[in-house]
Amino acid sequence: MKVIQKNRLALSGNEAVAYAVKQAKVDVTAVYPITPSTAVSEKISEYVAKGELDGELLLVESEHSALSACIGAAAVGARVFTVTCSQGLLLMHEILYIASALRVPVVMAVANRSISAPLNIWCDHSDAMDQRDTNWIMIFVLSVQEVYDRMIQAFRIAEDFRVRLPIMVNYDGFTLSHTYSPVDVLSDEEVSPFLPRREPPFKLDPKNPITLGAVGNPDYYMEAKVQASKALTDSLLVIDEVDKEFEKKFGRSYGIYRKFMMEDAEIAIVGMGSAMGTAKEAVRRLRKEGKKVGALILNIYRPFAYEMLAKELKDLKALGVMERALSPGGVSSPLMSDLLSTLYLNSINIPTMNFIAGLGGRDITIDDFRKMFSELELLEKGKSKRPYLTYVGLRSEEREMVL
Amino acid sequence: MSKFKLISTIKELPIEEGFSPGHGLCAGCTIPTIIRMVTKIAKGNIIVVSPTGCLEVSTSVYPTTAWKIPWIHVAFENAAAVASGVKSAFSVLKRKGMIVDDPFVVVIGGDGGTADIGIQAMSGMFERQDKVTYICYDNEAYMNTGIQRSGATPYGAWTTTTPFGVKSIGKAVLKKDLFSIAIAHKVKYAATVSIGYVNDMLKKLSKALINTPSFIHYLQPCPTGWRFDPALSVKIGKLAVQTGLWPLLEYENGKVKVTVSLTKRLPVTEYLKHQGRFKHLFKKYPQIIEELQSHADELAEEYGFSPLVSTPI
Ligand SMILES: Cc1ncc(C[n+]2csc(CCOP(=O)(O)OP(=O)(O)O)c2C)c(N)n1
Ligand SMILES: [Mg+2]
Repeated sequence: MKVIQKNRLALSGNEAVAYAVKQAKVDVTAVYPITPSTAVSEKISEYVAKGELDGELLLVESEHSALSACIGAAAVGARVFTVTCSQGLLLMHEILYIASALRVPVVMAVANRSISAPLNIWCDHSDAMDQRDTNWIMIFVLSVQEVYDRMIQAFRIAEDFRVRLPIMVNYDGFTLSHTYSPVDVLSDEEVSPFLPRREPPFKLDPKNPITLGAVGNPDYYMEAKVQASKALTDSLLVIDEVDKEFEKKFGRSYGIYRKFMMEDAEIAIVGMGSAMGTAKEAVRRLRKEGKKVGALILNIYRPFAYEMLAKELKDLKALGVMERALSPGGVSSPLMSDLLSTLYLNSINIPTMNFIAGLGGRDITIDDFRKMFSELELLEKGKSKRPYLTYVGLRSEEREMVL
Repeated sequence: MSKFKLISTIKELPIEEGFSPGHGLCAGCTIPTIIRMVTKIAKGNIIVVSPTGCLEVSTSVYPTTAWKIPWIHVAFENAAAVASGVKSAFSVLKRKGMIVDDPFVVVIGGDGGTADIGIQAMSGMFERQDKVTYICYDNEAYMNTGIQRSGATPYGAWTTTTPFGVKSIGKAVLKKDLFSIAIAHKVKYAATVSIGYVNDMLKKLSKALINTPSFIHYLQPCPTGWRFDPALSVKIGKLAVQTGLWPLLEYENGKVKVTVSLTKRLPVTEYLKHQGRFKHLFKKYPQIIEELQSHADELAEEYGFSPLVSTPI
């Protein structure tokens, strides 16, 4: 961590997460190391060791226990945090559902990484996508600045009484976790009032006993699940509200999604994560060449803002979805499936293509995005010979499915 | 915590209950007894964490609950980790002046949730010396799912996954030694307890609450899974001790000692004969009974119990 100027630090994504955790005065951190997220726990350990963070650090024996401990601590009313990715996130999977169903505001950072086998430590979004239906708020970010800002926002959103759901801040492994950027940080005096401590609506308290984690038989199970699901859908409003307040106070905001040169765009690519920074550069260059292209960067994956997205996409002539995850044997990648439903429900019939790219950390270059845009151009004219699901940068005998 | 008093007789327990009737546990189930004791000793200043299992499913069916004290269940393999989280939250929030209480945090979980799927989380919790009391009610099988063998099922016992037959004696290997496993972690206190020796149990539970991390291993006779008359639960708990199969032990200040010594030791058949899960041994596998007797004899030697007497006490 290097101080560039007052309130501007050189931070890696991992350091930015840890810095936000320190400023949020997290009470209980429970962690287990896994590349590329490990540096977050190391940094927090350092903060605790130096007395800069007054919190309990539970160095547990697995990610499963890390999230379990977070649930226990949050159930008492503590502000909690954990960080993981990849195999660690998958090991937690069972407990993710329980965290959201018990309505405890756990904040988790995920330095997105592929899933074994083959073992691979590099970035893709398979780990997060495996958690898609766990009823967590899922944020994806594009930059180190954004991961810091979203981490601060995350505590506020998760603890809001209208939400009371766990939240996952996804930041690409290595590309963001290990890359140093100048980050404008808030002062501790700014963070404290933005993250006020409130008495939770329910908690484990000998003076007022509750039973938490009860059995829900067929008479009650459905209501419990649907209530939590509805809370997630409704959280969009709070996410937006918090982001706007953040902008008012600190001058930065990100929105549910952000548009890049979308105003008069005829062809656009939707995607999430740091690769969309590359997409922006490709769009900028193609615009100079007179192409009416744009990019839409989705920041909030769950809840899925399908109504808003339908309005943004309805006038396009061709749509591409770039995703760093597979849904083997399925129709399309997870984000694409969400968008296809969105288009169909709104009777929007535009040609679409699903681009699978960057699995296991394979590069996604400006040139790759150029190729995606050219293919979409062919698609619009009815001249594309490629299948609907196309792989970017893949080595394969089946040439037609590769861009 | 200064007001805490060691309890050694039932009469000293407060009237107030931490656990109410109306739960769905079987007739003759001996789980509620230890819960009532520990919640009373703690005077309600307690948080209980339970893993999935009989206790959990039978006491928390929404919209009812048998728990009069705060209780949390998260999953099957993680009760110890949840408890660590609960305890650490109380410590830090108290330190920061955000709350005043710092209650006892106690896990009450089955043998499967302790010896098998939950052993990793428990091991981590002990190693970190988290201030939690872990009580394992050991009914020696996965009872909730219908009597499947666990790592705590004893040698020779029938379960639905260790049926006997021409190629099977029942469970073919010995029970895991959880007491030693706990001690190997240098817990502050550990003890074995039995429903047949209530005052011994009360004393040990009191000590376990204040010397954490601690481990209580409770042999919990289960009429449904062990196949015996529900009226006999306490008697079977006594016989387990009197045959030397379940020595009542205590680990404190780095030393193990016997808390109830046997002056008259009964043959293991006195314990086995009431239980349907061992019936096949009497009919088909007498050599297994002999092996179990030798096992009891070895324990007797280790703990200085008397030689066998032939008649029941
Ligand atoms: C991860 C997981 N695996 C399996 C189960 C199914 N299951 C629920 S309770 C249980 C057995 C519990 O046995 P034990 O811990 O001995 O408690 P008991 O039911 O005997 O009281 C099993 C196998 C589960 N709930 N979760
Ligand atoms: Mg059991």
